[in-house]
Amino acid sequence: MTLNMGPQHPSTHGVLRIALELDGETVLRAKPIIGYLHTGMEKQAEYKTYTQSIPQTDRMDYLAPMLAAEKLLAIEAPLRVQAIRVMLVELTRISSHCVWLGTHALDIGAMTVFFYCFREREKVLSIYDQVSGQRMMSSYIRVGGLVMDIPDGLLDRCQKFVDEMPAHIDEYEKLLTKNPIWLARTQGVAPLTAAQAIAMGATGPTLRGSGVDWDLRKKQPYSGYDSYEFEVPRGTNGDAFDRYQVRIQEMRQSVRIAHQAIARVRSFGERGEYRLRDFKYVLPPKEEVKTSMEALIHHFKIVAHGFFPPVGEAYQAVEAPKGELGFYFVSDGTPRPWRMKVRSPSFINLQSLPTMVEGRMVADVITAIGSLDIVLGEIDR
Amino acid sequence: MADDERVDNPFRVLGQPAPPAAPSDEPEAIRDEVEKGILFTTVENMAGWAVNQARANAIWPLGFGLACCAIEMMAILGPRFDVSRFGAEVMRSSPRQADLMIVAGRVSLKMAPVLRQLYDQMPDPKWVISMGACASCGGVFNNYAILQGVDKIVPVDVYVPGCPPRPESLLHGIMKLQEKILLSKPELGPIPRPRKRGVA
Amino acid sequence: MALTPERVEERLRAAFPGMSIKRQEGPAVRDHTVHVPAEKIVEVCTFLRDDPELQFVMLSWVGGVDLMPRTPRFEVVYSLLSIPNNLRFTLKVAPNDENPRVPTVCGVWPTANWHERETYDFYGIEFVGHPDLTRILLPDQWVGWPLRKDSPLGYQEVSFTHNTPNRIKPSPSLTRLKPKKVKYRAQ
Repeated sequence: MTLNMGPQHPSTHGVLRIALELDGETVLRAKPIIGYLHTGMEKQAEYKTYTQSIPQTDRMDYLAPMLAAEKLLAIEAPLRVQAIRVMLVELTRISSHCVWLGTHALDIGAMTVFFYCFREREKVLSIYDQVSGQRMMSSYIRVGGLVMDIPDGLLDRCQKFVDEMPAHIDEYEKLLTKNPIWLARTQGVAPLTAAQAIAMGATGPTLRGSGVDWDLRKKQPYSGYDSYEFEVPRGTNGDAFDRYQVRIQEMRQSVRIAHQAIARVRSFGERGEYRLRDFKYVLPPKEEVKTSMEALIHHFKIVAHGFFPPVGEAYQAVEAPKGELGFYFVSDGTPRPWRMKVRSPSFINLQSLPTMVEGRMVADVITAIGSLDIVLGEIDR
Repeated sequence: MADDERVDNPFRVLGQPAPPAAPSDEPEAIRDEVEKGILFTTVENMAGWAVNQARANAIWPLGFGLACCAIEMMAILGPRFDVSRFGAEVMRSSPRQADLMIVAGRVSLKMAPVLRQLYDQMPDPKWVISMGACASCGGVFNNYAILQGVDKIVPVDVYVPGCPPRPESLLHGIMKLQEKILLSKPELGPIPRPRKRGVA
Repeated sequence: MALTPERVEERLRAAFPGMSIKRQEGPAVRDHTVHVPAEKIVEVCTFLRDDPELQFVMLSWVGGVDLMPRTPRFEVVYSLLSIPNNLRFTLKVAPNDENPRVPTVCGVWPTANWHERETYDFYGIEFVGHPDLTRILLPDQWVGWPLRKDSPLGYQEVSFTHNTPNRIKPSPSLTRLKPKKVKYRAQ
């Protein structure tokens, strides 16, 4: 029997369609069919400048485009900016894992966790709201720095959040980790061995849940991650329960990193430099624009035209909450990239879905999709 | 008269019957008057009011969450912006059980026939809220892959702008829709088919 | 001694003596990139994956680039990752202009399946030997290869008041409509 898990279904992962061939309850073949959210971002990026692509790719994911552009230009953001970026990115990681846990638990049937997780997520969204005015896709991080300096009171708010968060994570664990229903639904379900995970190109918690020690923040550090102390959790069996454990531990480690990042930003000062002073590529501060002629010309050129990167190409990847998110830019010297290719982790992690569920029960398909933590915006771009 | 009515009350609920043709002769006119039920006008008004209140205050959305706006739609289900105080206690996944379709997110050309099919599967009365800039007009994405506005394929009642709209905005949109429902003229029974003249 | 990209290129040249291997030069080519002929990509990839010193066990992504005024026009980029050695390496192949065909590397890394389908979907580059080469992101009935430089963006003119001649003006009754005053409990 062929069953179509159609593009619209209650597990709120987006518009994913899976064609299942069943024999009773056993899945014989599962074929994910994607493309229902295809947005043509890669084509559209060829018509926009690098800065204009930021809100576009935000609608897909957060940090990486700036880093690829910065690698292409061979500039590096100042240390204070790096610390602020790390702080905001770790908060994003926590909020992304909260959404994942809430929806995954909701799919499996634990509705309470959904409400708890969204309550925490609201706090992170208010922090983002204070920083940039936008709750989710803030476009706060730009090439060479940030849009504007962080507002007063932000560090205290972040500090309060990271102080309270471990208690909330304990709450989630209390509800789920030793729960016999949860264990029955996730232990041994949707297994992926390490060799399979590497062959299928999986990254992020999907890969680490199978036992492979690969985290870009440790192996190919960017944005000052090598100066923070944290651990990378790993699973053993590669089943859904291990991936759950990996993400919960990652939330705890993110809290740890955020603590250190907040302390570091405080050490640089609550107000300070928030952009690189390389005016060929980065906008000069407004005070100088109003007084200095060169700064005015640079500002005009960058805003009206865009900056002119050298001819070449660069690929930079970051460890997004879902896996390795990378951007590949080919530049021809004009302000618009010639080609922007996105290596989106969910696209590749979803490929391992058939390996995980063939031969298993239908209900495990839902658990498998949930434990992969996919975002259709990223998959379809 | 009919055209006037159309302009004066632009918020007709879908499925409102067209005003019947004017009767041509005397017995037909009398029959029409009797069937309109002059005696029952007050009851009809009250029943209409009650039906509208029921429809507005217990509106069940079909959460058609597509992209980023879906996350904000999930946020209104959360504890901070509680949508169940507006009657949308449950988000039905089946279109047959829902009466409000919130199109949350960008509609790609591959998804458009699916959207239309889901809309057709919803029973009357149904409303559509187009949430976000992408559903309303294509949003940030004006290219080969995205439908420039979901109103090209389904009739939309309320547009909620934003990218993504804050949950308060979406709640404001739902409240506007409730006002619209309360103002509209519901049909209380089966939609009358146009009768052939001379047949009872 | 940690593995460097230069060492990888050295080993590649040693293993395939007759093959033309060119390093990509340029002022801002930030990753070590090497061009190989399209027909030999499967042997090269198998070598890179299986060699005990190199061990490029993961294929990070496969993408296409259309450098239109230049011939050869297309480029398929393979980004490899070696987990034991913590190294990235980039390979490029250049298929023909009309009828671009490249052998598939699905046999080497199963993850290439969807990447190659996506490249086919966007550019029309055919991967010979692929188990299921169909469109993946665009609708199945789409005609054309959208990411090629000669395909249009599909920008639709947005209708504003100044460029829509016979627009329907809203009826005056709409302006008369005032929002209902609802009593909230807090008030």
